[in-house]
Amino acid sequence: MKLLQGNEACAEAALAAGCRFFAGYPISPSSEIAELLSVRLPQMGGRFIQMEDEIAAMGAILGAAMTGVKVLTATSGPGYSLKQENIGYAAMAEIPCVIVNIMRGGPSTGLPTQPAQADVMQARWGTHGDHPAVALTPASVREVYDETVRAFNIAERFRVPVTLLIDEIIAHMRERVVVPDPSELTLWERPRPSGPPEQYLPFGDTPSGVPPMADFGSGYRYHVTGLYHDARGLPEDHPEVVDALQRRLMRKVELGLPEIQKYEQVSLALDDATLGIIAYGSSARSAKAAIRLARARGIPVGLLRPVTLWPFPEGPVADLAKQVRHLIVVEMNLGQIALEVERVTRGLCPVHRVNRVTGEPIPPEQILEKIVELAGS
Amino acid sequence: MFNYEKYLRLEMFPHIWCPGCGCGIVMKSLIRAIDRVGLKKDDICAVSGIGCSSRLTGYVDFNTLHTTHGRPLPFATGVKLAKPSLNVIVVTGDGDALAIGGNHFIHAARRNIDLTVLLFNNGTYGMTGGQLAPTTPIGKVASTARLGSIDPPFDACKLAIAAGATYVARGTSYHTQQLDRLIEGGIRHKGFALIEILENCNTYYGRPNRIGLLDLLQWEKDNTVNIKAAERMTPAELQGKIVTGLLHQAERPEYVTQYEELMTRAQAKARAAN
Repeated sequence: MKLLQGNEACAEAALAAGCRFFAGYPISPSSEIAELLSVRLPQMGGRFIQMEDEIAAMGAILGAAMTGVKVLTATSGPGYSLKQENIGYAAMAEIPCVIVNIMRGGPSTGLPTQPAQADVMQARWGTHGDHPAVALTPASVREVYDETVRAFNIAERFRVPVTLLIDEIIAHMRERVVVPDPSELTLWERPRPSGPPEQYLPFGDTPSGVPPMADFGSGYRYHVTGLYHDARGLPEDHPEVVDALQRRLMRKVELGLPEIQKYEQVSLALDDATLGIIAYGSSARSAKAAIRLARARGIPVGLLRPVTLWPFPEGPVADLAKQVRHLIVVEMNLGQIALEVERVTRGLCPVHRVNRVTGEPIPPEQILEKIVELAGS
Repeated sequence: MFNYEKYLRLEMFPHIWCPGCGCGIVMKSLIRAIDRVGLKKDDICAVSGIGCSSRLTGYVDFNTLHTTHGRPLPFATGVKLAKPSLNVIVVTGDGDALAIGGNHFIHAARRNIDLTVLLFNNGTYGMTGGQLAPTTPIGKVASTARLGSIDPPFDACKLAIAAGATYVARGTSYHTQQLDRLIEGGIRHKGFALIEILENCNTYYGRPNRIGLLDLLQWEKDNTVNIKAAERMTPAELQGKIVTGLLHQAERPEYVTQYEELMTRAQAKARAAN
């Protein structure tokens, strides 16, 4: 049992997951991750570098990933914005990597040391073009640990960039955590080729949609580019080739949904819930407290908590909308996941918002007020 | 007869470069230098940014990484730090390295990380149609400076030396034998090596400025002076001339070597604490 900070848990989990390369740039409230890894990585035979800016940090981890190593970077809002172009490169070139965004008040410089959850749409659409996105939102220090390991697993298995969206409250809070023994963890590695190099197709289609990825310098020589490319990785703008690549990039994540999706249902297993809350990260903790208060008053309300925020849990949310009379989406922004809920539920039931954008956590009482109002209606 | 095909991805030809483009000349010089050093193809990682010269990585049969505009140096830094056994060669242009990539240029030189950087300087943004570059001479015409440039140009070599690069050379697409030696020296050098190469873009620099291909190459011949000759010339004689050759070489600790020493110290300290 250890008393761990969220950021500490992230750094330790990355090492346990096999991460051996970190490049980053200082930014509150993420810098503890870089500071810890600057000490721990060389101890473990890994490498750490502080780059000259966030864009360079993203570039450095992608270069390192090409040599076969598991890589991590960590930042917050302004740095996450800077990284977007190279995140798109990682998506197009299918380079496994994990990007931590400790969410703070935005836009712009915003609130450097105070929480928000306003980067969630950016995690889906921050970089230009059509691309899949995977983003995980832990709500406790133990969950930061578990989700960091899962982020590396997803990145490696599906050859995608994975964003860990951790709001500042979770990143800086300390909780007692039983840290799993690293030997108990299930770790996924990227698929690697085994056939003759002349036949290797680094971007070819496979049943899973994920091509094998050779380490640079291992005897398989190939080209990696952000341009549209054929199965060999060579630039190609023929319409059929462009369409095929674009759709395979999306399809590999769709096919992987059973392994990528994760959510928690609280008080919904009891079929009596007539009000449903959707919340993630630290807002879900406030929501759980509000539910306890509401249930004590006899109001049947439950919580659906996405852990994998992207891809969005469309099925579970749509099912919930059929069960309840009202949905309440609780988030520290002006309504971003609320837009997804509205889209997915298509008017099956009204969608309400409980928001706070002051740099403070949402108090359970604010959520309870909305629950009581809707229960009475 | 030199066998270039051994080093090329023949399936990528015909290439996209214009007839007369200096990129082809420089690519062959790079290949000859690699051959002279005797590097194995599997041990080479070539990293490029975006631009005509950056397309080179598609044509060569190495581990190749064609990255985002201005960013080959950070990607290359990641490759080299993670797997130092790879020989990392960076191919970049004057806009890629000195405009959008300027910050990374300074810091890679500062770290003295073991990279060989070929900076193709044609004084324009050729790929996108001939816009102004940070190396376009004052008064020359570009698509975004049709009345002539008023922007003073950079000296990439002076910038690299000031930032800490330990091998700094300048060649041209005219003086190919010198270029072979400069690139070979850069590959062999353990530390940050910059080879700036003045090369000709006859389509987007030459044509708007009414300078034909042969005149561009003649200009390279007439307006450059080898450093050995320059050392014997007066300032008046050197007026308006660009010095070529190995301009600077120094010994400084190389970054990856320093990091590996740090790793040894970190591990010893951790063992002592336990």
